[in-house]
Amino acid sequence: MLSEIAFYGALETGLIYGLVAFGIYISFRVLDFPDLTVDGSFPLGAAVAAMLIMAGWNPWLATGMAIVAGMAAGAVTALLNVKLNILNLLASILTMIALYSVNLRIMGRPNVALLGEDTVLTPWYELGLEFHQVPVLLFVIVALVVLVLLWRFMKSETGLAMRATGANPRMARAQGIATGAMIVLGVALSNGLVGLAGALFAQSQGAADVTMGVGVIVIGLASLIGGEAVLTPSTVVRALFACIIGAIVYRLAIAFALNADALGLQAQDLNLITAVLVTLAIVLPGVRTKLTHRFSRKQA
Amino acid sequence: MISATDLKLTFGKGTPLENPALRGMSLTVNQGEFVTVIGSNGAGKSTFLNALAGEVMVDSGKIVVDNQDVTRLPTHKRANRVARVFQDPLAGTCENLSIEENLALAIKRGQRRGLTSAVKKQYMKQFSDSLSSLNLGLENRLGDKMGLLSGGQRQAVSLLMASLTPSSILLLDEHTAALDPKTARFVLELTEHIIATQQLTALMVTHSMKQALEVGNRTVMLHQGQVVFDIAGKERDGLEVKDLLGLFEKQRGLQVDDDSLLLG
Repeated sequence: MLSEIAFYGALETGLIYGLVAFGIYISFRVLDFPDLTVDGSFPLGAAVAAMLIMAGWNPWLATGMAIVAGMAAGAVTALLNVKLNILNLLASILTMIALYSVNLRIMGRPNVALLGEDTVLTPWYELGLEFHQVPVLLFVIVALVVLVLLWRFMKSETGLAMRATGANPRMARAQGIATGAMIVLGVALSNGLVGLAGALFAQSQGAADVTMGVGVIVIGLASLIGGEAVLTPSTVVRALFACIIGAIVYRLAIAFALNADALGLQAQDLNLITAVLVTLAIVLPGVRTKLTHRFSRKQA
Repeated sequence: MISATDLKLTFGKGTPLENPALRGMSLTVNQGEFVTVIGSNGAGKSTFLNALAGEVMVDSGKIVVDNQDVTRLPTHKRANRVARVFQDPLAGTCENLSIEENLALAIKRGQRRGLTSAVKKQYMKQFSDSLSSLNLGLENRLGDKMGLLSGGQRQAVSLLMASLTPSSILLLDEHTAALDPKTARFVLELTEHIIATQQLTALMVTHSMKQALEVGNRTVMLHQGQVVFDIAGKERDGLEVKDLLGLFEKQRGLQVDDDSLLLG
């Protein structure tokens, strides 16, 4: 079975990936903009936060700058698409590739350790909680604050305009919405959240690494799709909760799979398990509908 | 007032599929006029409407709305003056937003959008009043998703959305063509009612000659990207479809070969 530490560890990472899932919800679901920039903006956030903390910045300010950096990366992707008419998916791949170099430049080396540095978590360790519970508490608060802010935003005039841009761009333009500007704003917002996730991840793991972004998009998508399978996203607030729940369920599933000795799985099987889980998350809702159909027909 | 002068537009210029859609189209619509636009397939009706809305940019010519030259402005910068209802009932609304959210989008057409809540309490009375004028019971379903409504209901709501805020011109692009005859009649009557009560200036493209003569107070026929005739007032009263055909043949020395124009 799962040890208590492994359980809290899964919660902690799950909450961080919940922020990534928020970002992916904005790009993939709200804007219908398949954005792979996140594989670059996640380590970008980590690198910016880590370097600024090493330079003596306040960790929250450093985290704030990581958000700004992520937003800038997202804006580049969106502008490549909107202004230069590059296909959205390709534009995001270009930015992602470019960010690999940028991240190496920012850190000056492939990885940076934050051992002994003050992070956003430091003051929370003095609350007298168990060591492994502290990050979970802080990240629950961060995730809920972001959730409420995003929910309010999606209900605002600008947020509604953004949702219309993704759902029906022709109608949005006819209503006077500058759809290009909405795409730039949305993709920037999305990657800002991913930058935040990267910054928090670096601080909770004690290091930033240039390769830490590999596969973030898949994990984020797995969380999003898995969450949607658990909690039907009929409203914005449900969709946002689905992101967090999906990310936590995903991390717990991974932790169980790796901890269950009977399965004989090891850490290097992580990506294989991820692919299987994503496939299940995509296929299962369809199977469920089919089963309920069959069931209700029998009753009728 | 809206005036289009000598609009020219060719699609796919320099390719084997080169297609001149507008070939010097000129039309002036005065305040309060309700113009019906007729023409066979490929006459340039939809392209003309798209050019007025800003969805396509003309190669040359000039479009002026209320003394402002909008020729080079994109759609969203004309939206404060130009309202529009599309042919496809699904195109004018967002199916995964609620009815009230769709109306909230429309009430800010062409205005700045901020960070305050989109669906405001003070809009509610206006929303439910205008919805109840449709007699579809939609005023009790403000929170329902747009996708739950039928095509006719969605087109009726699109029409409301287009008339929620003032505009210099209302563009209707065969907006009843995709509906069944009964619903089409309902939407057309609603159109006439809204245009009459709000004294809107409107341009309605239609595929049916009969409809073009029954509705509105001026009829324009397009052919090969130009206006071939333009009738209003006494001259138009009492005109029938066959007269319209005669007029067209006299003007052009052509036979109308598009059956749908005759049958519609």
